[in-house]
Amino acid sequence: MITNEMSVFMILVSSLLVNNILLIRFLALCSFFGLSTKVETSLSMGLAVIFVMVNASAVTWLLHRFLLAPLHLEYLRTIAFILVIAALVQFEEMYIRKNFKELYTALGIYLPLITTNCAVLGVAILNIDYRLGFIKSIVYTLGVSLGYTLAIVLFASVRDRVFLAPVPRAFQGYPIAFITASLMSLAFMGFAHLFGL
Amino acid sequence: MARGKSARQVFLAGIVEENPILVLMIGLCPLLAVSSNANDALGMGLAASFVLVASNLLVSLLRKLIPASVRIPIFIVIVATFVTLVDLLMHAYQPELYKNLGVFVPLIVVNCIILGRAEGFAYHNGVPRSVLDGLGMGLGFTIAITILGAMREILGNGTVTLLNTELVNLGAGYPPALVFIMPPGGFLAIGFLMALKQKFWKRGQGR
Repeated sequence: MITNEMSVFMILVSSLLVNNILLIRFLALCSFFGLSTKVETSLSMGLAVIFVMVNASAVTWLLHRFLLAPLHLEYLRTIAFILVIAALVQFEEMYIRKNFKELYTALGIYLPLITTNCAVLGVAILNIDYRLGFIKSIVYTLGVSLGYTLAIVLFASVRDRVFLAPVPRAFQGYPIAFITASLMSLAFMGFAHLFGL
Repeated sequence: MARGKSARQVFLAGIVEENPILVLMIGLCPLLAVSSNANDALGMGLAASFVLVASNLLVSLLRKLIPASVRIPIFIVIVATFVTLVDLLMHAYQPELYKNLGVFVPLIVVNCIILGRAEGFAYHNGVPRSVLDGLGMGLGFTIAITILGAMREILGNGTVTLLNTELVNLGAGYPPALVFIMPPGGFLAIGFLMALKQKFWKRGQGR
C-alpha cells in the first residue's frame, strides 16, 4: 500500500514495478489486450496514457481538495472525476487529430476509449484514497503510467514472437495472450518485497 | 439488427452468443481483479448487473430527449449516478464486501459493458427490451465472473464460498495451489477457460 509518508523514490518503485497497474493491479486490461498487437501502437498508446493520466490526476486532485472537500461533496467524486476526465480526453483527441494525423490514425478508436480506460479514473480515485499530497500524487501517477507503458510494450514484443510460434489450435488468439500475461505477471511478482515494499 | 429479435432472444443473447466476457472480451478489469474468490465475484457481478439494468432503463426512457451529439456524457452521468448509489448502499450494508472490492466499485462506471449497452442497445430500443437486454447481459457477466471466482478459489484455497456460506471445503488433505488466488492465476484461469470455450465452440459450429 502507498502512503503519504513514503519517499518519492519508494512511491515510484512501488507503482512502476511492485504494484504494476496492468499485471498486478488489473486495471486498464481492455487496451492491454486490444492494442498490444504492434509495438509501435502500444508505445504511442503508452505515451497518450502518460499524458492524459498525469493531467487528469492533477486536475482531479485540485478539484477534490478545493471544491469537493470544502463543500462536503465527497460522494460526488465518481461523477465529478469521470466528467473532468472525459472532457480532458476530448480535448486531447482534438489536439492530436489536428496536429498529429498519423498518430491519430494509428490509435484509431482507442483514443476516445482512454475515457473508459479504468486506470485513469482508478488512479485519480486511489490518489484520494491513499491521502497523497499533490506532488506525491503526481509522482504516483507518473509511476503508474510509466509502469503501464513498460508492461504494454514488453507484452507487445512478446506477442510478436508468439505470433510466429506454433500454438495449439484451442489456444490461438486470446487464450495464449492470457497465458503470456500470466507468465509476465508471475515475473513481476518477483519484484514483491523489493526494498521491503 | 436487434429489432428483429424476439424478447427471449434479446434476453438469451447476453448469456450465450453475445456473452460480454467470453465472446465480446470486454469488462476484463473487474473480472480478473475481484475473482480470487466466488463470494466477491458474485457481489461484483450483482452490483454491475444492477447498474446495467438501471442505466439501460433510464437511457431507453430518455432516448427521445437525449440529443445525439452529447449522448456519451449524458450516459456517463446516468451510469455514474447509479454507481454512486451502489457504492453508498454497499458501504452501508455490506462493509466486508465493500472493503474487498475496493476501488473496483467506483470503477463500475468505466466498465465498457455498461456504456456499450447504453450506446449500442438502450439508445435505440424500447424500455422492456432494454431492461431484458440489461438482465441478460448482467446475468452473462455474473455467471462468467462467478464461475471464474469459484474455479480460482477451489484451486487456490480449496474452498468455494457463496453468499458468505462455505459450500465446498476440500479440507487439509488438499494442498492449495496459491498461485491461483494471486494475480498470475487470474490470467492463467481465464486463459484456460477461453481455450476450453474455443475448443467446444468450434466443434459446435462444425455440425
